[in-house]
Amino acid sequence: MVTNATSLGRSGLFDWLVQRFSALVLLAWIAWVGIGIASAPEFGYPQWRALFAATPLQIFSLIAVLSLCAHAWVGMWTVTTDYLNEAHLGRAGTAIRLLIQAVCLLLTLACLLWGARIFWGSG
Amino acid sequence: MSQVLVSIYRYNPELDSKPRMQSLEVDVPGDRDLMVLDVLELAKAKDPSITYRRSCREGVCGSDGMNINGVNGLACITPLSKAAGPARKLVLRPLPGLPVVRDLVVDLSQFYEQFEKIKPWLINDEPPPAIERLQSPEERAKLDGLYECILCACCTTSCPSFWWNPDKFVGPAGLLQSYRFLADSRDAATTERLAELDDPFSVFRCRGIMNCVSVCPKGLNPTRAIGKIRNMLVEQGT
Ligand code: SF4
Ligand code: SF4
Ligand code: FES
Repeated sequence: MVTNATSLGRSGLFDWLVQRFSALVLLAWIAWVGIGIASAPEFGYPQWRALFAATPLQIFSLIAVLSLCAHAWVGMWTVTTDYLNEAHLGRAGTAIRLLIQAVCLLLTLACLLWGARIFWGSG
Repeated sequence: MSQVLVSIYRYNPELDSKPRMQSLEVDVPGDRDLMVLDVLELAKAKDPSITYRRSCREGVCGSDGMNINGVNGLACITPLSKAAGPARKLVLRPLPGLPVVRDLVVDLSQFYEQFEKIKPWLINDEPPPAIERLQSPEERAKLDGLYECILCACCTTSCPSFWWNPDKFVGPAGLLQSYRFLADSRDAATTERLAELDDPFSVFRCRGIMNCVSVCPKGLNPTRAIGKIRNMLVEQGT
């Protein structure tokens, strides 16, 4: 049995469920915001502010950002273990994979914190 | 008589620095269809150094899996007319993704290692009854579409996930057999079998693109079996 230190849950089932669940959350978020935009008779900056001032959407948006990050991480982890390995890149494969995974992790974390600041910050 | 142009992958790792394609004109009877294996035999009559495996010549042993005009299949039951089409050109290569031993013969060790991993035998420690372990006709019917696999490797070597992770992803043939034992009412190791499969690679590298289904010469459906294993993992793990 293969475990893998850099996969999200170290279980294939966990990663698989995270991928499906986060996709559904993102779909619901897009629908929520899309309906919010489409149902306003006229849409501009004030309506946009009002839409996101509602606490439920603020909370849900943060969940959506979390889902996006988890989804992206599982996806990028899968792609890196498929293509950035010794079969494709020779002996440097593992080092390159770890490097790219670290970059992905940093970007994902940055995205998460940035999202939190946008939706919960005082701005 | 009519002519077929056959292009064959030639490689002897001990002598050649790289593989090459050899072209041969082969005369085939004009009044009936041949199988690809027959054409290969005719080509071998012209050049006896061409190397391939075959045994039963009727789609039972699984020895002559190869890549025929870009599609994996058994040469002995693939009609020339279907493979070569109106262009009358045959291109034969070894099964993709595995080391070549010589010409159309590949080293199947990794394929068999994955098969071994899923413990392809019945596990049941209860004392056997006097005659045999019985199954109802319904329980037996669950094994249909699973037990017929001849391990020809056509499916597994057409699967990109196996190409990229042949040491970690069990592959369609192994997983079809894994489900054959998970679905067997006489097998008592379901929990242990599932625990062995719940890592990020063994089952979950399947992306469901169904290359395996489209090439299986026995008409089996590994993707469906993989889906059933996944459902069992979800049931047990949530
Ligand atoms: S599932 Fe089909 S293609 Fe795959 S090894 Fe078995 S018989 Fe061959
Ligand atoms: S369905 Fe799964 S096992 Fe079959 S070829 Fe695609 S990835 Fe491989
Ligand atoms: S020779 Fe046995 S399957 Fe083709």
